Amino acid sequence: MLPVVRRCGETSLLKWISQSKIYKRTVQNHTTSHILMRQRRMKRFPVFSSSKKTIITRADKDTTDLSEFTTDRIRNFCIIAHIDHGKSTLADRLLEMTGAIAKSDRNKQVLDKLQVERDRGITVKAQTASLFYNHQGQQYLLNLIDTPGHVDFNYEVSRSISACQGVLLIVDANQGVQAQTVANFYLAFEAELTVIPVINKIDLKNADPERVGSQIEKLFDIPREECIKISAKLGTNVEKVLEAVVDRIPPPVARTDDPFKALVFDSSFNHYRGVIANIAVFGGQVRKGDRIVSAHLGKTYEVNELGLLRPEEHQTQGLSAGQVGYIIAGMKDVKEAQIGDTLYHREQPVEALPGFKPARAMVFAGMYPMDQSEYQGLRSAIERLTLNDSSVSVQRDSSIALGAGWRLGFLGLLHMEVFNQRLEQEYNASVIVTAPTVPYKAILSSAKLIKEHGSEEITIVNPVQFPDRSVVSEYLEPVVLGTIITPDTYTGKIISLCLSRRAVQKNMVYIDDQRVMMKYLFPLNEIVVDFYDLLKSLSSGYASFDYENAGYQSADLIKLDILLNGLPVEELTTIAHKDRAYTTGKAMCERLQDAIPRQMFEIAVQAAIGSKVIARETIKAYRKNVLAKCYGGDISRKMKLLKKQAEGKKKMRLIGRVEVPKDAFINVLKRDK
Amino acid sequence: MFHRIRKMIRYAFRPAARALLSRDLCFLSDGTGGKLIEFDPSSGSADLSRQASLYVHWPYCLRRCTYCNFNKYIPRENRDDLMTECLQRETETLLQLSQVSSITSVFFGGGTPSLAQPSTIAAVLNTVSRQVKLSEKAEVTLEVNPTPVGMSKLEDFYHAGVNRFSIGVQSLQDEDLKLLGRDHSAHQALQTIEEARRLCPGRVSVDVMFGRPKQTVESWESELSELLKVCDDHVSLYQLTLERGTQLFKQVQRGEVTVPADDVTAEMYQCARRTLQQHGFQQYEVSNFARHSAVSHHNMSYWKGRQYIGVGPGAHGRFALLEEGGVTREARTQTLEPDVWMCEVQQRGHGTRRRIKLSHLELLEEVLVMGMRMTEGIHHKHWELFCPELGLYEIFGTSIEVQEFLQSGKLILDTRGLRCSWEGLALLDSMLPALLVELERQISPRLQKDYAADGKTEKTSIM
Repeated sequence: MLPVVRRCGETSLLKWISQSKIYKRTVQNHTTSHILMRQRRMKRFPVFSSSKKTIITRADKDTTDLSEFTTDRIRNFCIIAHIDHGKSTLADRLLEMTGAIAKSDRNKQVLDKLQVERDRGITVKAQTASLFYNHQGQQYLLNLIDTPGHVDFNYEVSRSISACQGVLLIVDANQGVQAQTVANFYLAFEAELTVIPVINKIDLKNADPERVGSQIEKLFDIPREECIKISAKLGTNVEKVLEAVVDRIPPPVARTDDPFKALVFDSSFNHYRGVIANIAVFGGQVRKGDRIVSAHLGKTYEVNELGLLRPEEHQTQGLSAGQVGYIIAGMKDVKEAQIGDTLYHREQPVEALPGFKPARAMVFAGMYPMDQSEYQGLRSAIERLTLNDSSVSVQRDSSIALGAGWRLGFLGLLHMEVFNQRLEQEYNASVIVTAPTVPYKAILSSAKLIKEHGSEEITIVNPVQFPDRSVVSEYLEPVVLGTIITPDTYTGKIISLCLSRRAVQKNMVYIDDQRVMMKYLFPLNEIVVDFYDLLKSLSSGYASFDYENAGYQSADLIKLDILLNGLPVEELTTIAHKDRAYTTGKAMCERLQDAIPRQMFEIAVQAAIGSKVIARETIKAYRKNVLAKCYGGDISRKMKLLKKQAEGKKKMRLIGRVEVPKDAFINVLKRDK
Repeated sequence: MFHRIRKMIRYAFRPAARALLSRDLCFLSDGTGGKLIEFDPSSGSADLSRQASLYVHWPYCLRRCTYCNFNKYIPRENRDDLMTECLQRETETLLQLSQVSSITSVFFGGGTPSLAQPSTIAAVLNTVSRQVKLSEKAEVTLEVNPTPVGMSKLEDFYHAGVNRFSIGVQSLQDEDLKLLGRDHSAHQALQTIEEARRLCPGRVSVDVMFGRPKQTVESWESELSELLKVCDDHVSLYQLTLERGTQLFKQVQRGEVTVPADDVTAEMYQCARRTLQQHGFQQYEVSNFARHSAVSHHNMSYWKGRQYIGVGPGAHGRFALLEEGGVTREARTQTLEPDVWMCEVQQRGHGTRRRIKLSHLELLEEVLVMGMRMTEGIHHKHWELFCPELGLYEIFGTSIEVQEFLQSGKLILDTRGLRCSWEGLALLDSMLPALLVELERQISPRLQKDYAADGKTEKTSIM
């Protein structure tokens, strides 16, 4: 059996997500997305003053009697899957079958409310839906807590999982177990949840559910007979999934007669209604008008509104042990509804639940407004977005070339891309995003520096802060344990790729007669930029990849300077592994050579470690740069061009005599798309 | 038959030119001038607004050259008569608007102005001389496409008043002419040069193009020496520029055609400059070379920042208005499309589409940019004419960047004035932004002071 790995990291995402599969989905959902988008906006920004109407409707439903749902008739579960294995489709079907939403062809990714989720076919923000299901004459309350499929959003997954007792692990009958399936399985396994394997897409021509069943048996030690074979698209056997949820997943251990105790597992902010907290009630019950306390802050609030999410908010009079829902209690700031916090009745204090470890940023990138005049706008957009995503770390930063901006920390690359896309789509902000970097560490040897920093070990996020070798006893770089699952025809190529990325193989097993699972220890830095793209392209898209944090390892790191005619360009300083210094330096020199326009003198573009130049490109001097014709009719055009150049000149960054346009920095620093 | 027509034209129009003399006398008796205006007009500031050159645009071509993005049209029907009428009318209008009393040169460009009837040229010239002084000696240039038809009309053009021909030879390689989409052969070009030289000895210019597809430095050198055997006293060299939207641009984009690299065209340019110098041609501007002082006066007046009036579809002008007291110069553009332009001229009496008042700084910027294209650069006296308040030394003397240009020998600032060195001229466009930044830095604070004093605003109007 494979070791159970502690996970708190992320997975590399990557472009393949945004290419083939996601786009396919975008096209399918084109019309729907727009319609639903609008609804979502209305909900989030109720500028259409629809709130009154909604309240009336809610009042009608206020009569829902939840008291019949004792804990033994409640099941809390989530669905986890590799991307595009059909998680959202299955969720849509479950919602339809239990009457939460009307049956319609339009129901596609009902729980994925963000545009970025629909665009990419992924779930970013966990959503919750309470389903009423009648099984053998009994009415059950099934709480489906949707989870982000991607381990970049692991913190969301673990939050959701903490409110569940079981998971549906979806595997595509055609593609079989993928890297993310493995990651997701261990997440659930570690949380000691009941795992119900579901093999989806059995209607596909190339579906091979038997093979997938044996993969599941081999990898996860779950008897193949336990797999439920379905087609979420056609609805085939979906009823069996609901039955299994009731039969196999244990009810929550929670007693209604205990004091009220609830876990805040998500929160969002609405300008009109304040903080909306999603809670799982672990004990007792809470009613409208109750006075509750946040264990974290010790502040008291009065419950104004509460209810179920079906998936739309559905007001009720109360929530009781085992139930999952939302609560609005006059909190004005999301920080008041800390995720992982415990809520209890003012009169009956309880011991707080363990909560969650705060998410740790593992990929950093600079974000700058395209134009400095957009700084304020971008700032408020970032503030608003981080309100609902506390996992993004924000630090002000400034670059001589790009102006004032921020260095943001993300859980992973997909997290970064999604954040950026949301900035652009939801806040209409155009940003320059620099190539991602990872947090390095240094063990200081200089007593003076140790005193200065207050510790022996320091984390270096910005290359400018990189301490000199002379004051450091050891540099450390973050490493991740990567899982690659691929058809065996590609193993040779993939092994070469991994070796070129300084990866160390830890494990290699056949999960069936054609598919191989390999585990490699990678320096994180080696996979943050283009690893996934290369992996996808050399395996014709068949290989899947996922990773989890594996701490830090000693590394021979150097600071790489970029020089223009001998003068260093501070904003291009990079930290690199010694073995990669040449390739990194050469690539940067080449990009600069293309990006800096020719000037009247020759420009040497060099990469150097200390005083040693390791790569060089030359930008040749102009020999001729004068417009051939300039007569009466040409003057206006010529003047316009020259004036533009003269204006641009004022904005150029001057390194010695070399004029470097902002575009050149953007081209070198930005992340390739 | 032909002979008789020519004779008629001569009879009809030469007197018109001569009639100028009487106007000339009137002008002199006004007491406003006081001296006879020659080709290179004296540079008194009063003359700046009293004189102008005239550009007349003939927009039609028989076909589209693959590299050309100029304002030209392949006519669907012959509207030459109407065009002639409109050119005359617009000339009249613009001359009246300006406070010009003398036209120092006329240039018929295009398009293909050699497709126009000689009578059109005569009619426009006649219109000019009816209104203002047009000296018989004034340079009147016509661009010529060296086709047999073009050549056969040269004599008639001459009799219509043209005294200088600019011949679009472009290349002496038939294959290249084909690729460029030209409608003549190298042989026809040579014949046309010969005929033009017969009519206007010493006043024929040839245009040649380098940086053409497949061209090498060697082939360019031999082509140039071949040309030097037959050409007259003026040569214009143009580097082929790939203009967006042209057929050649697309061909290069698609990789069907390759043009020489930047370093190669730079070498072609330098090599041509040396060769022409060896043959007694003096470079007087970035692309223009003359022997025996046969410079183009018309083009010189652009580079010297003088006024010009542009007549015809898309033509540009720079002149001060009579009614506004002649203080500020306007940048004027005529309506682009010939049919629309003609319609406007007929219905509204003018074809001006856009007028922009040039600020003092903008005028100085143009004087600088255009002046630096000449090998003689900008003389102190010449600069003073436009900018009496601040000299060249004061403006450029303190700039670090300009100092670098001076020290590296690309720029010269001395008692004569500001100019490019031989090497620097090829790099002018890299130096101009720095010069413009410096000019603005020195002039703007002064302008703001003036602005605060008289509260004048700059006006832009679309007509």
